Amino acid sequence: MVNLAFLVPLFPLIGSIINGFFGLRIGKDWVGKIACGGPILSFLVVVLLTVSLFFHPEGTPYPELILFNWIPAGSLQIEFGFQIDPLSCVMMMVVTGVGSIIHIFSIGYMYEEYSYYRYFAYLNLFLFSMLLLVMGNNFLVMFIGWEGVGACSYFLIGYYFNKKSACDAATKAFVVNRIGDFGFLIGIFYVFQAFGTIDFSTVMAAAPTTLIYDSTTATLLTMFLFLGATGKSAQIPLYTWLPDAMEGPTPVSALIHAATMVTAGVYMIVRCNALFNLAPLTMTIIALIGGGTALMAATIGCTQWDIKRVLAYSTVSQIGYMFLACGVGAYTAAIFHLVTHAFFKACLFLGSGSVIHGMHHEQDIRKMGGLKDHMPITYLTFLISTIAIAGIFPFSGFFSKDEILYHALMDGNVIYWGMGISGALITAFYMFRLVFLTFHGESRVDPHVHPHESPAVMTMPLIILAGLALGGGLLGIPIIHGWHVLGNWLEPVVAFDWTTALHHSETVLASHGHHESFAELLHSKQVHEHSWWDISWELLLMAFSVCVAGVGIFMAYLFYIKFPDMPGKLTKGQWGFDMVQNKYYVDEIYDETIVKPTVDASYRLWKDADQKGVDGAVNGVAKIIGFMSKIAQNFQSGFVRNYAMFMVIGFVILLIVI
Amino acid sequence: MVPLSHYLILSATLFSIGVLGVLIRRNAIVVFMCVEIMLNAVNISLIAFDRHLNQHDGQIFSFMVMAVAAAEVSVGLAIIIALFRNRPTVNLDEFNLMKW
Amino acid sequence: MELLIFYPLAAFTVLLALGVVFNNSPIGSAVSLIAMMLGLSGIFIVLHAHFLAVLQIIIYAGAIMVLFMFVIMLLNLKGDDKAWKIRERNLYLSIMTGVMVLLALYKMIDKVLDTTFGEGADVPDTFGTTVAVGTSLFTEYVLPFEIASILLLAAMVGAVVLAKTKVD
Repeated sequence: MVNLAFLVPLFPLIGSIINGFFGLRIGKDWVGKIACGGPILSFLVVVLLTVSLFFHPEGTPYPELILFNWIPAGSLQIEFGFQIDPLSCVMMMVVTGVGSIIHIFSIGYMYEEYSYYRYFAYLNLFLFSMLLLVMGNNFLVMFIGWEGVGACSYFLIGYYFNKKSACDAATKAFVVNRIGDFGFLIGIFYVFQAFGTIDFSTVMAAAPTTLIYDSTTATLLTMFLFLGATGKSAQIPLYTWLPDAMEGPTPVSALIHAATMVTAGVYMIVRCNALFNLAPLTMTIIALIGGGTALMAATIGCTQWDIKRVLAYSTVSQIGYMFLACGVGAYTAAIFHLVTHAFFKACLFLGSGSVIHGMHHEQDIRKMGGLKDHMPITYLTFLISTIAIAGIFPFSGFFSKDEILYHALMDGNVIYWGMGISGALITAFYMFRLVFLTFHGESRVDPHVHPHESPAVMTMPLIILAGLALGGGLLGIPIIHGWHVLGNWLEPVVAFDWTTALHHSETVLASHGHHESFAELLHSKQVHEHSWWDISWELLLMAFSVCVAGVGIFMAYLFYIKFPDMPGKLTKGQWGFDMVQNKYYVDEIYDETIVKPTVDASYRLWKDADQKGVDGAVNGVAKIIGFMSKIAQNFQSGFVRNYAMFMVIGFVILLIVI
Repeated sequence: MVPLSHYLILSATLFSIGVLGVLIRRNAIVVFMCVEIMLNAVNISLIAFDRHLNQHDGQIFSFMVMAVAAAEVSVGLAIIIALFRNRPTVNLDEFNLMKW
Repeated sequence: MELLIFYPLAAFTVLLALGVVFNNSPIGSAVSLIAMMLGLSGIFIVLHAHFLAVLQIIIYAGAIMVLFMFVIMLLNLKGDDKAWKIRERNLYLSIMTGVMVLLALYKMIDKVLDTTFGEGADVPDTFGTTVAVGTSLFTEYVLPFEIASILLLAAMVGAVVLAKTKVD
């Protein structure tokens, strides 16, 4: 069954090639069919693969499909292969499943675009790259996917290439991502240096007996990998590109900038959990950055007026939660939230796409309101997803977010939990603010615009995703032991042999004269596993977070339905509000501190170093050569007799030499 | 009995005269004649060695040289005629297309 | 005795060869060349290569030189080749080169000759007769001989094609 794995990325690739090269000739209908056919076929194969994994004997290594020996260079042996294990299966399910739905939605949303085929070619190419990313059996295959999704993201953000803002946003996304990719690449080199291989299964198996707990190597290595993750997953300090990326078509925002690509960083950390476990300092930083991002992006989300930007900050914030989960070692919770987030955030983005479609490309929520009568299906699905993201029982977001908060308190400390719970409060507030402003209240719609419900090809995906957002939580029911399906499923991937690792570290440190005991730590890790299902605590926390979400929703109701004048009065002249509205001036700070000096320095390099130094050297060389050839030209008289003479001279010299 | 070295010196002298002619003459036909001198000079040394060693291989070889010379002259003169048709001169310096 | 015949013949050929090079008129060069060929056939006779001597006269003096004459007359070339004396620098350089070739060749002969070969062998009376050369030619060297005929055929076709007025 594993042998079929190569089909998964192949179908989107074929779709991309056909659409890219022949898209204009085969007509819009066929472009749409081919583009959707690829992901759907892939999804079917993924289902097969997942089912086959159920029959995988326990305790044996997970199958890998090696396609070919890619880089055989001395000690560096890299194979091009796919890893089929529970984690990659979950990711493949999300990518192909949500991907298929969004492709279908795109048929309706993008129908009026001229370069329809180009859009689908990129979108299919994106799926191909994303599948490489999640399926790769070593860091380098993952890196290809990593770069591929970055490139596709660039293409698709800049899809409206005659719009300057879109091009700028694409460039920004690309450049910011590059910083992260740089870190990731160095991380890969570091892994190779430390382990002598970059194969996931080998590295993860060797990690406990190779890296020393809390050593500089472990910390630096994971920090570089994490830098890569912050770039791709839009975390502090590299999150600024994601809100701007909303210049792309809305389904792109749903697929790339909400459901799949931006979660690649989380996937990478979970994939390398054995490395991160050994670097407590990095884990702390991840948790702090995750929590900080969750909180900060949420506050910005409260002040934005563009429907997609609100969702973009919400995405940044939700991914912050995932990183928070990773930072406290709750990898299952991170993946769980990744899955549910993919469902409800894709639904929200597609819903916003449906609204934008119905409003004839109006994105400002100040010019909406009362839309629920005009587009009931969109309203309903949007509402379901909003409740899910706010974390109300029994919607999917409730389960995943509470698991994260629970682990933040239990495995981390009260600061993490505080960040998470205040983020949850603000999330509930701004999401309902969005719903109320868009769908409820007085209609502020421009009289020329007549909002209408979207066609079935767009509402069907919404309904499916809303269903998933509603029921996705069933994957991870807490409290009742054994019902956490996702947790059991991922158990083999995130299992970590603390005993071996810590004993090894102790031995190595002792041999270097540092007598340190990790017994206490080991004990805490082991005890911890027993106290996993601390029911009363968990119930209490759940009740509390539902209350918090309720408070957030009620505040939104007060502000935007009951007293619509209040927000304006409250925020008028407040410097704090201005600061948040302007996104804490982070873009401006980056401009002043990084972009401007870089541009200035580059300009100086260009004018002084390049034009004078480099060009001078190049031109000088050319001039010298020109001068020499002027001399040499005299020999090339063009007279055959002269050539004959030189031949004879050469012959004579040869004779004399002999 | 003439010593072998005399023949070889004659051969070398004739060969050098041929080279000189090729180098200094501009008339293509005269250049060809000088090439013939060079070929003949080689023939002398071949036959002289033959005589010296009492065998016939060298004579066969100079026979072949004559055949090649005949072929060369016929083709060469045909080329000169073709060139002359394009540009009414046999001055080699006029045919300077090798310089670009 | 042989020496008495050889030296005048050698001087004659060298003079005529110089005449080929330094004659202004192509016709003059050609006539000198014919005379040189005759002298060479004399030298061949001194070398007991009777068959080659006759061939030299028939092929060179007869066939090849007639061809030269034909072409010179066909192109109506006159003794106007004085221009070669103009490019002084190249002229001296060329003469120097020629002299250097001569010296280099002498040096080589000097080096190789006396050490390796020594006295010449005595030859039988049949040496160089038509019978001896012909036997050798049609037994040992029959393949090169046939190939030479193919070469001549190819040269003939080539010459015809090249000299044709219209190439179609």
